[in-house]
Amino acid sequence: MKRARIPPAIAVLAGLGLLLFLLPLAGLIVRAPWGQALGQLTDPTTTTALGLSIFCSVTATAIALVLGIPLAMILARTRGTTRNVLRALTTLPMVLPPVVGGVALLLAFGRHGLVGSLPYRWFGLQIPFTTAAAVMAETFVAMPFLVIAVEAGLRSLDHRYEEAARSLGAGYWRVFTRVTLPLLRPAIFSGAVLCWARALGEFGATITFAGNFPGRTQTVPIAVYIGLESNNPDAAITLSLILLVVSVAILVGMRDRWLGAL
Amino acid sequence: MTLEATVRIKRDGFTLDVSLSVPAGETLAVLGPNGAGKTTLLRALAGLDEMEGRVVLDGTVLEDTSRRVHVPAEHRRAGLVFQDHVLFPHLTALENIAFGLRAQRRPHATSVARKWLDDAGLGDRADSMPKSLSGGQAQRVALLRALATEPKLLLLDEPLAALDVSVRAEVRRELTRQLSSFRGVRVLVTHDPLEAMALADRLVVLERGSVVQTGTPDEVTARPRSRFVADLAGVNLLRGRAHGDRVALSGDASLAAVDAGTGDVFAVIHPRAVALYRARPDGTPRNVWRGEVEGVDLQGDRVRVRVNGPVPLVAEVTRGAMQELGLSVGAGVWLVVKATEVSVYPA
Repeated sequence: MKRARIPPAIAVLAGLGLLLFLLPLAGLIVRAPWGQALGQLTDPTTTTALGLSIFCSVTATAIALVLGIPLAMILARTRGTTRNVLRALTTLPMVLPPVVGGVALLLAFGRHGLVGSLPYRWFGLQIPFTTAAAVMAETFVAMPFLVIAVEAGLRSLDHRYEEAARSLGAGYWRVFTRVTLPLLRPAIFSGAVLCWARALGEFGATITFAGNFPGRTQTVPIAVYIGLESNNPDAAITLSLILLVVSVAILVGMRDRWLGAL
Repeated sequence: MTLEATVRIKRDGFTLDVSLSVPAGETLAVLGPNGAGKTTLLRALAGLDEMEGRVVLDGTVLEDTSRRVHVPAEHRRAGLVFQDHVLFPHLTALENIAFGLRAQRRPHATSVARKWLDDAGLGDRADSMPKSLSGGQAQRVALLRALATEPKLLLLDEPLAALDVSVRAEVRRELTRQLSSFRGVRVLVTHDPLEAMALADRLVVLERGSVVQTGTPDEVTARPRSRFVADLAGVNLLRGRAHGDRVALSGDASLAAVDAGTGDVFAVIHPRAVALYRARPDGTPRNVWRGEVEGVDLQGDRVRVRVNGPVPLVAEVTRGAMQELGLSVGAGVWLVVKATEVSVYPA
């Protein structure tokens, strides 16, 4: 069957949409201070922000793995209303404006917060505006990506592999570590990469809950924002380029997986 | 060593209710149409599904719901072979077999697993991933995986059904060989009568969750007690009430037989004993009915003719006879069965 021709109006609108994606990228690449890029890269502000970003995003991903896989297992087991409620709770951070997430974290873990007041009263410990807060903010925003991917993997898993393992004498933990986890590896991997990418780019929740303290909470996205605000656009553009390169690398490396799984 | 089991499981539409007693060294085949509850039964014996009743293997109570005893699957020593191998896709053939040995903390898991593969002539596939094994090889490795842990009970769920016809013989040979040297209790579930006849010492015929017949394959096919068994034995099965030399069938029809006895009976008529005529024949036969040809199946030089009428029967004739009689769908025909050709036994 020959398909109907696309009317010019649609083609024009589609082209405009594409330009909206393309022009900013072009701007970033064309206006990048290529000559000074190396200098910017070795600037202490840049390296500190980069190091902190990598530490926070990797830690957030690790926490998401430890907490998110069990959460996905519970989600995959539940049905009906329980499942809908749990699902809504775990996916809310994906649609919630990150700033709101930051405010919510502050109200829960802040010095006068719901839970945060306790460690402050007992030990004088405060969570907000620390590196721990940056990690928490990133975990809060990014973990749902992992949970959703792993839950989808669990739901499509053929449970007869686990039954075969049990009938061969394997107890719960052996089945879990030798059969379930290896079979889930693709789902866990793509979920972890998505989660890490989201954590790396996190801005709104982090700046609200953790603030902007170089070396402690100033991650790359925050450094980009501050750089632009304080008339140091070259550093901002260089850091943006780095984030762009990372994103493109993830997109290229994962395209088969994403197109297949999502 | 024996398996004694009474299993009740409620399912959509019917309740599975089966009692089994299987001595070691015997292969019991649970035979029945799809949806009869065969796999449910096997999973319950393996400890994978909830059930009601009692399962005792070699003196050990594996399940007793009245006393809240449930031994989990991993402690039952019940090896399970699935219809489609279910080999762990991330492990090699060798590691698949070693998996159970490691789980049960047996020494020298790798070398024991390798010996199983070598003995089965599959040594050269030890390092192959399941994906690269042929269907027959994969199912044979799955069988070895179950046997390597030396289970007391071997449960086989349609082990040949998913295989191409061309490799079925290869796997059946392996299965026969392994079953005969396996010392535990063997339970095979299948909907394929040939598979059951080839591998089983005793049959349990299951329909809609209930046992309709048990016995050796010969006993079961000689005296079918259900349409399913009659079809697989290729005979006509009628049910009625006997009185002397006559069996009253449903409707107004009746059947002449020799020594039919009294009470509810089954009557079996072999298709070759059903003669077909264009016109009403004269003479001695006492069973004569009129019918209409409903279907014609060619089987080599024989033809099976399904005839509908007061007594629906399948007749088997030669191709020549079919042409002479002008048998085609819708044609009128007379059916004749000698009383001596009707075998009657109590229902």
